[in-house]
Amino acid sequence: MTCRVLLCGVGGQGTILAAHVTADVALASGLDVKVSEIHGMAQRGGSVTTVVTFGDEVKSMVSGAGESDMLVSFDKLEALRNLDQLKSGGHLVVNDEVVKPASVLTGRASLPSDSDGILRDAGALMVPADAIAREAGNAKCANVVMLGALSALLDFDEPLWVDSVSASVPPKTVDVNVAAFRAGRSFAEEHMAS
Amino acid sequence: MQLMSGNEAVAAGAADAGATIGVGYPGTPSTETLESFARIDGTYAEWCTNEKVAMEVAIGASAAGARTLVTMKHVGVNVAADPLFTAAYTGVGGGLVVLAADDPGMHSSQNEQDTHYYGAAAHVPVLDPADSQEAYDFARQAYDLSEKFDVPAIVRSTVRVSHTRTPVEPRPAGDVVTKGYEKDPSKWVMMPLYAKARRIDQIDRIERLAEWADSCGLNKVEMRSEDIGVVCSGAAYQHVTEALPDASVLKLGVTYPLPGRTVSEFASKVGKLYVVEEASEYLSDAVKALGVHVDDPPNPLPAAGELSPQAVKEAFGMPEPPHKPSPEALPPRPPALCPGCPHRTVFKELSRIKAIVTGDIGCYTLGALPPLSCMDTCVDMGASVSMAHGIELALAGQDHRPVVAVIGDSTFGHSGLSSLVSTAYNNGTGTVCILDNRTTAMTGRQGNPFNGVNLQDRENHELDLEKVVRSLGIDDVRVVDPDDVAATRAAIKGATSADDRLSVIVFKRPCVLLDRRRDEPFFVANCTGCGVCLTLGCPAIGKEEGTGLSYIDASLCIGCGQCAQYCRFDAIVR
Repeated sequence: MTCRVLLCGVGGQGTILAAHVTADVALASGLDVKVSEIHGMAQRGGSVTTVVTFGDEVKSMVSGAGESDMLVSFDKLEALRNLDQLKSGGHLVVNDEVVKPASVLTGRASLPSDSDGILRDAGALMVPADAIAREAGNAKCANVVMLGALSALLDFDEPLWVDSVSASVPPKTVDVNVAAFRAGRSFAEEHMAS
Repeated sequence: MQLMSGNEAVAAGAADAGATIGVGYPGTPSTETLESFARIDGTYAEWCTNEKVAMEVAIGASAAGARTLVTMKHVGVNVAADPLFTAAYTGVGGGLVVLAADDPGMHSSQNEQDTHYYGAAAHVPVLDPADSQEAYDFARQAYDLSEKFDVPAIVRSTVRVSHTRTPVEPRPAGDVVTKGYEKDPSKWVMMPLYAKARRIDQIDRIERLAEWADSCGLNKVEMRSEDIGVVCSGAAYQHVTEALPDASVLKLGVTYPLPGRTVSEFASKVGKLYVVEEASEYLSDAVKALGVHVDDPPNPLPAAGELSPQAVKEAFGMPEPPHKPSPEALPPRPPALCPGCPHRTVFKELSRIKAIVTGDIGCYTLGALPPLSCMDTCVDMGASVSMAHGIELALAGQDHRPVVAVIGDSTFGHSGLSSLVSTAYNNGTGTVCILDNRTTAMTGRQGNPFNGVNLQDRENHELDLEKVVRSLGIDDVRVVDPDDVAATRAAIKGATSADDRLSVIVFKRPCVLLDRRRDEPFFVANCTGCGVCLTLGCPAIGKEEGTGLSYIDASLCIGCGQCAQYCRFDAIVR
């Protein structure tokens, strides 16, 4: 059995860090794991996806339509863009924010009017990650809040997560990141439809 | 056991094989290989000006006995092809391994090409790792192969191997005795007299390599159903075994020369034989050339772009797992120049004068996208300068818009400089803008000759861009801070006003990602809604729905002040 988690967002939002932590935790739990990343031009504010797949034996490192067990999106528009990757019955976790792409900023295109409805129908857990991160001490930790929310869906021990978060962020920011992680995890535990 | 990217694993494998010298030029998806090699104790690593130079440095190091790693992206192999083809004649001293990282799907490249063809054309063995453990093992083995058969070896990766982290168990490094240098003109001086003999020797080496390919243990047969057999390699193997779990698979570790007996034997054991590969016909043609019949899948495999389990399933007529569709007509989100990017004003000003702009490879290629829409061409590294000359030649004598080449500092060092020498030598005209943002930005901020930063923080030597350009006899040279809009406008106007001479403007300001500088953000007060600031395409500036007035997102604004200089109503303030 394998579990595939697609993390998506906008270049610079920290999907890669969240993916690395998830992969470290899976490896420390004795599983095979693959993390697929995209670097280079796409990182300049474009749509980005990072895929973490773990299990007894992992083959492909990418996701296709209906092939992800979980979709964690750091942005509502990117959640819609990647919605087809989520298998029926899979988990959808979305940061309740949207970064407007250039075409929307300049009024040449507009965001879909019913985003929230589509995501709600798809069973999304909407996480106010920016607000939770601010409350935890730093708005830039929204990616770690989302990671915390993801962790609540996965059956790995919490100390493994905390250790990996601590080892993956700059030493001076360990406390605020761990707080952000715990806040995201608590939020998901409280709001998940069980 | 640790997680490593394919790139990190190649670096570790090379170092554990005793490679002490690493050279290359940055290029996605290869870049982290040399950066990672540079961090390993006991290595010497440097960025060269381009891949040809890197390959030649590597051949020299190999000739003098050192095991050497040279890294590049697929298009870099084009640049390095000249020395590579002849290094296949000279052979090696110390093992010489090339990491060539292909980018099927063009995530960060101007084309997709298959390095296998270079292996076959140059008669250089090619190994295809499918994950990081293999990247480590194959890189290590490639050094023994290189020395045993007296030939450079290519480790051919793709973006999904280079940029996928998978578990790796490194092995203890072995003892390697460095051979030292011995003079041998018959091996190293490739003039016709000696090259003819090496050519004959090469044919013998390739025959022995083909024998080795069948017996080396790098190819794996996984027999499952006898109905279907698939020949594949690299990342495609992972997609095939996920999509077709019941199929038998021949996973090739050596893709040139092809292990002919292994392929033929596998083909004889299965009912239908398919070849699955990415954006290429290399492998299927090579299998067919053995006289093996290759079946077509029920639906064609994609001729372009990346493979995935989904693409393999589609080809074999298997349904997608149930899922909801993504909504249609979502606004796309292409990458964009960062807030505060110093390239932005140059494109805005070139757009104002409606220049014909030849572009180049780097972040600044994003100047081609709306709303700046300020680029007419982008072909390859250095082409901005030479193509501008070509356009000037064709338009000579006609009334035409100013022709302006735009090239970054690192790309200028890579091959723009030799283009500029050629234009200057031929008395060419037009204007060359060197966007000197003090770094090789797009690949993650590497050093280059014009910022003087080197890979291992050794004592460095920064070349003076202005002096280099002036030394070519170009007199109209201006150095301008692009964040000063008036100065930028004046420099472009001055440089493009004369159509009888060559001019160069060096726009000098560091990339905003280099020092992550942030000044107090600007905000919009008393906006008239004229929309000029929106034409800059800054991700921090938006237009309010309904009112049509502009606003600045304070969390994105870095306080560069470019937009404030464009606002005719002094509405952008702080």
